[in-house]
Amino acid sequence: MKSFRDLLFPLAAVAAAFAVGAVLVLAVGDSPLSTYTLLIGSALTWPDGIGYTLFYATPLIFTGLAVAVAFRCGLLNIGAEGQLYIASFATAWVGITFAGLPALVLVPLCFLAALVAGGFWGAVPGVLKARFGAHEVITTIMLNFIAIALASYFTQYHYKPPGDALLETVPIGESAHIARLGRFIPGFPERIPLNLAFPLALVTCLLVYLFLWRTRWGYEIRATGANAAAAQYGGIATGRQIVLAMAISGALAGMVGINEVLGYRYRYYDSFSSGYGFTGIAVALLGRNHPVGVILASLLFGALLRGGLFVDIFTEHVSKDLVLVLQGIIILFVAAEALFRGPFGRRIKGV
Amino acid sequence: MLELRDITKRFGEVQANDRVSLRVERGTIHAIVGENGAGKSTAMRIAYGFYSADSGDVVVDGEVRRLESPHDAIALGIGMVHQHFMLVETMTVAENIVLGIEPGSRAALDLKGAESRIRALSEEFRLAIDPAAPVEDLSVGQRQRVELLKALYREARLLILDEPTAVLSPQAVADLFAILRGMREQGKTIVIVTHKLSEVLALSDEVTVMRDGRVVGHRKTVETSAAELARLMVGRDVLLRVVKPESKPGEPVLAVRGLSLAGLDGERRLDGVSLDVRAGEIVGIAGIEGNGQTELIEALAGLVDRKAVSGSIELEGKGIAPLSARQRRARGIAHVPEDRHRRGLLLDFDLAENSILGAADQPPVAVGPGRSWLKLDAIRRKTERILAAFDVRPPDPDLPARALSGGNQQKLILGRELDQEPRLLLVSQPTRGVDIGGIEFIHRRLVEMRDAGCALLLVSSELEEVMALSDRLLVMREGRIVGEVDPARTSMEEIGLLMTGGDAAA
Amino acid sequence: MSDILIVALLFSAVRLATPLLLAALGGLYSERSGIINIALEGLLLAGAFTAATVTHYTGSPWVGLAAAILAGALVALLHGIACIQFKADQVVSGTAINILFLGVPALLSGALFASTGATPQIPQNQLIPNLPIVIAFLLVPVTWYVLNRTPFGLRLRAVGENPEAADTAGVDVARVRYAAVMISGALAAIGGAYLSIGQSSLFARNMSAGRGFIALAALIFGKWRPVQTMLACLLFGFAEALSIQMQGVSQIPVQFIQIVPYVLTIVVLAGFIGHSRAPRALGVPYQEKR
Repeated sequence: MKSFRDLLFPLAAVAAAFAVGAVLVLAVGDSPLSTYTLLIGSALTWPDGIGYTLFYATPLIFTGLAVAVAFRCGLLNIGAEGQLYIASFATAWVGITFAGLPALVLVPLCFLAALVAGGFWGAVPGVLKARFGAHEVITTIMLNFIAIALASYFTQYHYKPPGDALLETVPIGESAHIARLGRFIPGFPERIPLNLAFPLALVTCLLVYLFLWRTRWGYEIRATGANAAAAQYGGIATGRQIVLAMAISGALAGMVGINEVLGYRYRYYDSFSSGYGFTGIAVALLGRNHPVGVILASLLFGALLRGGLFVDIFTEHVSKDLVLVLQGIIILFVAAEALFRGPFGRRIKGV
Repeated sequence: MLELRDITKRFGEVQANDRVSLRVERGTIHAIVGENGAGKSTAMRIAYGFYSADSGDVVVDGEVRRLESPHDAIALGIGMVHQHFMLVETMTVAENIVLGIEPGSRAALDLKGAESRIRALSEEFRLAIDPAAPVEDLSVGQRQRVELLKALYREARLLILDEPTAVLSPQAVADLFAILRGMREQGKTIVIVTHKLSEVLALSDEVTVMRDGRVVGHRKTVETSAAELARLMVGRDVLLRVVKPESKPGEPVLAVRGLSLAGLDGERRLDGVSLDVRAGEIVGIAGIEGNGQTELIEALAGLVDRKAVSGSIELEGKGIAPLSARQRRARGIAHVPEDRHRRGLLLDFDLAENSILGAADQPPVAVGPGRSWLKLDAIRRKTERILAAFDVRPPDPDLPARALSGGNQQKLILGRELDQEPRLLLVSQPTRGVDIGGIEFIHRRLVEMRDAGCALLLVSSELEEVMALSDRLLVMREGRIVGEVDPARTSMEEIGLLMTGGDAAA
Repeated sequence: MSDILIVALLFSAVRLATPLLLAALGGLYSERSGIINIALEGLLLAGAFTAATVTHYTGSPWVGLAAAILAGALVALLHGIACIQFKADQVVSGTAINILFLGVPALLSGALFASTGATPQIPQNQLIPNLPIVIAFLLVPVTWYVLNRTPFGLRLRAVGENPEAADTAGVDVARVRYAAVMISGALAAIGGAYLSIGQSSLFARNMSAGRGFIALAALIFGKWRPVQTMLACLLFGFAEALSIQMQGVSQIPVQFIQIVPYVLTIVVLAGFIGHSRAPRALGVPYQEKR
């Protein structure tokens, strides 16, 4: 599956992005060399650099998987942002409402809430596409805004601690917390928010791999994305695959809530996402829509997010927005070359 | 007025035109006939500047010309009406006609002027088209006349029409012919590319016959007959002799009654088709492509919107019309599609994953609850079995399907479908793009299936093939079965006449 | 509510609709030619940033506006090259541009003004609060005229509906699409300029706040036609004006008013079952036949 050529293009895209970024850094008056050294270097220190890099990579793995699964069915899921917000809120809601329950019950319940809420929010545009032919790109973008607004509403009017200046909910029950990795790794402090959601993300990658390549459902989703006419010929109900793929995609995006709410803030915090849903697109593209690639790309972007903070503070002129710029260029390059590659995930145009 | 001299054109592996020479006299209606793939459209597209020939000359009005694009052809007075209309539906007739040569200035389109010119042309040639009408409101026949107007507006003196009657009703055809004759009276020269012999005889002054990329004959229409033209068209090529024992047909497997299908534009794609196929027999359907064969097979396979299909389909006595494609497969219908790249294969997936297309929900490949878990070893065994039994080369399950040659791809598909041990096998264009060795192999396997008790419905536009393989032969034309013959006792000419409508009783 | 309040509301609606209208009209050119333009958001930001920065340095909003137009056209050209030359997925390319222009202005302003994304305040006399509104609404009949009464508009429509027919008729499909995309960039940039040097007096990080997407929604709601798109923009502008008025005054939570345009768009998209009025070739890269 992973051939040398498959690796070459994403690497070229990253290299090209860094080159353009270097030009920009020069333009604003800093040294590209020292900037990049800081960028990468601060991501690799122990324990903070690596710890935070992995922590930031965790939601990216989830959204990257989400976008990748949708791509495999020929769909472009821009709605990971909205799906993760809805799911995160749902997780928090369960954690707050059922705070009394023991951890053994509450944690899986919160988990389930994230999957169901995210899955639902993903299934809606899937149904709209399958039934009405509504373009999933636009419907998912609309649902993003709606999701953020709804979560914001509920937070502000129903779940905010009185007198609290920030837009956040009351804390979830203690038993819903999931452990930070610092508890298990010697020399690794618990103040770093890297938590069990990270190994969960890795396991999820494995599950997604198994699902796509070892189950019939996964096969049918991939066939639909590769050639909807042939899939139909083979008896596959392509409309159903679309809804299924979008629902799974939404559920995967929703798992971000586990990292964020159960492992880090222990509450729902309005607008907490630093564009994880959109970065997920870059991650999926760079990772060639494959779980292994998603992990690698997430590590890269996680490192950039971490390094970006340091670049922000410690350089004269460059800000952490450099990371956004790098991201955008990478997507552009990958998108431009992707069509030469072939196995990308063709858009479903109807049989 | 127009002459092609030794035109040669190759597309990849296919020799589309092989030293084609023909000559169209001014003020005549000249027909170019041949079966699908004979090279007639290619030759005309070269005359129109759409393609450029690998070698040979295009001579217009006695002078050799280099045509780099349709612009050059239009400047010389050559116009073309394509088989598939090039019209923008949401715009009006006038807007479509002036596209590319808009009158008026950069800032103001002079549609009024264009409209009055179009109206005058329409009257002159009796086309009855209102330039202000939106194209989406027009019938198929009217749209074709818009295409004619496009050429006339650009002052074409020679008009090339590519399969103009393919999409027309008989009445519309009669109207079109009247118009074309009128144009000839007005001094225009007309070239009509077609495979319909009745039309050639009714309309043209001269006819050139093409086959397999070459010109095989040229006649004045009054001096020839449908029989002669049919013979030139289908040729006396070596008939593929398939060693075939007598068929022993058993129980009826497929019974179709009154199957009709309306296309998106309202045209009847299938018009009351009825046929039977019994176990142990091969029923063949002969006919020029585009006469409903594709729709018939797809309707039987369950790939057409079931609401658009009317009539009954019975498999082993039970109605299957409401069943989905997957359900039909489960009942024992297998399908070798005519377009293997579009329908039959997942080109970027490996051979193993292609070998389970259509069978991914069956044990031993799929096990567990919901038949959801794929057993890779079972898949591999199945794939290796198919690759070996059907001589697919190279027999490597990990290769992407794209890497195989056309013949090997086809063998893979056939192997996959036959591995299902179907009760009914629908086969369409089984040897298209397959080399001679592959053709023989596939033919042998189809006969073996028949002898093992399978019912086969075979569609092929290769007349020799379908005659050699079928036990009974039906001929399809314009969505209908127009005749049934015993292929062992009927001549190619007779079948050719049925296929092309050359017989007087149409 | 009194009469004065209603009039104020209407004025407010017009002002708020202006950037939407400019972006939406820009999107109209692009999409009618067959190129999906998700990048309207990024183009708005590009225009806003350029206008504010150049006005700050030159003291003239006219130069700032001109610079913004140029910037918008160039950024859109990038999108065009990716989509037309490289046949990239148009939505992915548009998304890339949006992400880029969340970052680039902030990066540059950090360098130029040592700020976290905002440009310095521009004095009152260097703002152009009214001209863009006029341009926006004038562009509606102008766009209608260009589309329906000029050769360029005819070709543009043909290319978006049936590029093969246009190609056969001798129209250079790529060239028309490039022109359309660059126009869309220019117009969206004017909308952005209005945001930074018309409606307010500086560029703030991510100040378009999703307006590019709302403009897209308005375009779809308006069925890709100039007059209907204008009405849709006015509707959304009115909703926004209303929500500003109602905040603190009424019971309905602001979020519910905010989501009206988005819910509306989904309903509209679902309502056109199959037969969508979108340009037929929208989003499909064109491969020349010869």
